[in-house]
Amino acid sequence: MHDVRDALMVGRDSKGKLVNRPLSPHLQIYKPQLSSATSIFHRITGVALGLGTILLAVWLVAAASSDHAFALVQSLFASWLGLLILFGFTLALFYHFCNGIRHLAWDAGRGFDLPAMHRSGRIMIAASIVLTIGFWVIGFLVW
Amino acid sequence: MDKNPKITVMRSQLGRARGLGAAKSGFHHWWAQRVTAIALLPLSLYFVASVMILSGADRAAMAGYIGQPWNAVLFLALIGALFYHLALGLQTVIEDYIHGEASKLVSLLAMRAAVALLALASAVSVLKLAL
Repeated sequence: MHDVRDALMVGRDSKGKLVNRPLSPHLQIYKPQLSSATSIFHRITGVALGLGTILLAVWLVAAASSDHAFALVQSLFASWLGLLILFGFTLALFYHFCNGIRHLAWDAGRGFDLPAMHRSGRIMIAASIVLTIGFWVIGFLVW
Repeated sequence: MDKNPKITVMRSQLGRARGLGAAKSGFHHWWAQRVTAIALLPLSLYFVASVMILSGADRAAMAGYIGQPWNAVLFLALIGALFYHLALGLQTVIEDYIHGEASKLVSLLAMRAAVALLALASAVSVLKLAL
């Protein structure tokens, strides 16, 4: 595989000169920034939400199975451990939702400069926290 | 890293690139991830509202809710977009972090199987409640 590695690590610049291609940041010595932190948390919340879809499937399958199974699942979700997991799930969901909107805006070529990116990052974090708390306040009121 | 980069292999750029493929599937993965993301914006808000309405519900209330045709349709749309989006995202994560060709292939197949089964279990349950 030396051939492929060589081809991937070395490229030519616009003048045709051979240059080393840039490497990914070395995480151990890389200062965390709002941009890198929000990016990796988008991935972490995505994987966490993926695990959370197991809960969605369990909820729906129990509802389709029997009264007993659904009552059991609903009581597990209403236990304090269940509520804690669901709280984490909603936080991950609102984070991924809000940051996903940022990603879609970037895909449309908007908000790419650093000040705008930092501003939208702070707004996104605040919005996901507000939405999560709002969800649980309203949730406990209607429960 | 070398101060003076050099290519030691006596092959042209084109010769090396040929056969590696254009990132395997080109544009489709990227676009499908965006399409499902846009679909999930309203659908996930609908889901969050539904979960709130159904908190503490018994099975009869749940069946009554999902039994409404528009709720069944929106749940099925949510399940389709959500699990497709999930498979695309997890594929990217696996391809980024698992480097051996064999373990990567096995991981991708296992992930696809798990996501497909979760999607089918969810969709069949919604249909059973609704029909």
